Amino acid sequence: MKQSITLGKVTKFMGLGFLSTFKDLFTGKLEKEDFKNFLRKVVVPMASILLFIGLWFLGARSLYNVEAEYKIQKALTDQGPEAAEALRACIASGDTSCQPNTLPSPSQVWDSYMSLLKDHQIISADKAAFAEKTAALNEKRIANGENPITYTGRPSFVDQIFRSLQTVFAGFLLALLIAVPLGIFIGLSPTLKSSFNWFIQIFKPVSPVVWYLLVFMIVKTLLIDSNEDSSFTISFISVGLCSMWATLVNTAMGVSSVDKDYINVAKVLKLGPFQKVFKVVLPSSLPLIFTGLKITLSVAWMVLIAIELLAQSPGLGLFVWEEFQNGANDSNAKIIVAMFVIGVIGFLLDRLMLTIQNAVSFDKTDAI
Amino acid sequence: MAYLELNNVYKTYGQGDYATEVLSNINLSIEEGEFVAIVGFTGSGKTTLVNLINGLLEPTSGDVLFKGKPVMGTSHERGVIFQNYSLLPWLTVEQNVFMAVKEAFPKKSKSELNDIVAEYVEMVSLTPAINKRPKELSGGMRQRVSVARALAMKPEMIIMDEPLGALDALTRGNLQDEILNIWGKDKRTALLITNDVDEGIYMADRIIPLRPGPNATLGPEFKIDIERPRDKTEMNDNLNFKETRNAIIEYLMDIGNERKSQAMEEFVLPDLTPKDFVNQFK
Repeated sequence: MKQSITLGKVTKFMGLGFLSTFKDLFTGKLEKEDFKNFLRKVVVPMASILLFIGLWFLGARSLYNVEAEYKIQKALTDQGPEAAEALRACIASGDTSCQPNTLPSPSQVWDSYMSLLKDHQIISADKAAFAEKTAALNEKRIANGENPITYTGRPSFVDQIFRSLQTVFAGFLLALLIAVPLGIFIGLSPTLKSSFNWFIQIFKPVSPVVWYLLVFMIVKTLLIDSNEDSSFTISFISVGLCSMWATLVNTAMGVSSVDKDYINVAKVLKLGPFQKVFKVVLPSSLPLIFTGLKITLSVAWMVLIAIELLAQSPGLGLFVWEEFQNGANDSNAKIIVAMFVIGVIGFLLDRLMLTIQNAVSFDKTDAI
Repeated sequence: MAYLELNNVYKTYGQGDYATEVLSNINLSIEEGEFVAIVGFTGSGKTTLVNLINGLLEPTSGDVLFKGKPVMGTSHERGVIFQNYSLLPWLTVEQNVFMAVKEAFPKKSKSELNDIVAEYVEMVSLTPAINKRPKELSGGMRQRVSVARALAMKPEMIIMDEPLGALDALTRGNLQDEILNIWGKDKRTALLITNDVDEGIYMADRIIPLRPGPNATLGPEFKIDIERPRDKTEMNDNLNFKETRNAIIEYLMDIGNERKSQAMEEFVLPDLTPKDFVNQFK
């Protein structure tokens, strides 16, 4: 029997089951029970989002007032009442030159978001124009064995998001390639386990910053002859090393705690060591390995920001840092935009892993 | 010389002061083509005994001889049907059986192997469910897959560790017949471990009770002289059946009482009644 794939099944599979109630709402199939579900899964979260934005708005306004009052008081004591009056008028007029610098309100953040998108459009148009202009020349240069001319302008916010994603996936891949095989070996052999245990225990709690410095020391020397920018290499290796521990520990645990029944089956069937690992041990520890990988990906995304900031590697971390250093009047709003983007991408990455996990592993609760 | 022989087998878990002797002085011999059942209480060391015979465990002292040679590890000559089915949940019925067949006959081509798989799945009448995973099957169907997996390897001896213990009475009866049918076809040597005396009498040629552990040892054997094929309903009126059954049960009960009288301490159960969840919300 072939199972049909419906929208509802797909969304449920991805852990986005609440979307199917939306569909029912529009197709008019909603019944009483569904309506309760709809309230719980759609209306209540919406209401809480609105409440959050409302509180944020009120908080931002009162912080704004505190900051404005302080500025005016300072002008009053330093420069006299006239300057204070001028400043008050300036703040009230909304002039960008004298706005208090504090937590931005939701609308300011939204404006910044739109302006970042616009900025991206301008930059990509610029890039396209550049590519068109240099296309003929580049062809010639390649034919002559020279390096093509590349666009070296400022990256847009969206470019930086993609750059960050590149870094995080490179780091994640590194963590996967190191931690899963190593975890399997550690899980299979008690000797290896005891010889690696101190290593894991000591290096697991090391902070991302220190990992970065360590990687920096090593990579800097290794790439001493290269003129290329090594910041990407350094940051993705640091991300990988910071985040691989969850996978390493989970894989080792999963592999060493395979159900004894399955091991007995492998013994009775006289599976060879290779077969035993690939047919019995790995499939049965997949759920735990994936739990580890999920943690690894979210940790990678979390430490990425700090590491990009330190490594000066282009990406969201550097964006946040530059905006903070910049201190323009919309910098704070841009930082908040980056914060939300980081959060949403983190959520999506988590869902992505969940989807892959559901696709490849059997349901542990239904085992045996 | 017997087909399978256990001579003065002892099995101890743990070491030094913490050692518990689970099996002591086990002597057993099974002839080729014989169907022997070992009956015992839960916790009497039945599974330990089975694992000694199939090679998952080694005896602390004594010999386990299979065809005159000491058992060293598991072997394809002895097929095992586990109590809890032990199917791999990420494989389909076909894949579960195929994995075993492939290991047992590494030299056969893929199509030959597939034929064997199909044959044995058909034998346990699971062909319609061949592409299902264990979680989609009922308990009885799962145990059938386990039976097919063990038999498809064409072992010379089948070892069954309470294979029907977790099944309901009806399924149990059906599977007993199926196993007997398959066994009757080529009369492989079979060892059945069970806690059900009736099942033992219905299926086996000989029944040997296992006295409860620790220090479990085998009791005197009971021969079952009932013509095969046996009929369940007729058997209930069979005088021989009744006598054997009563003798075995009496023997087991005596052991139980003996054990009880050995226990010095008496525990008073607390006077508790279950909470009434039904009327709680009325």
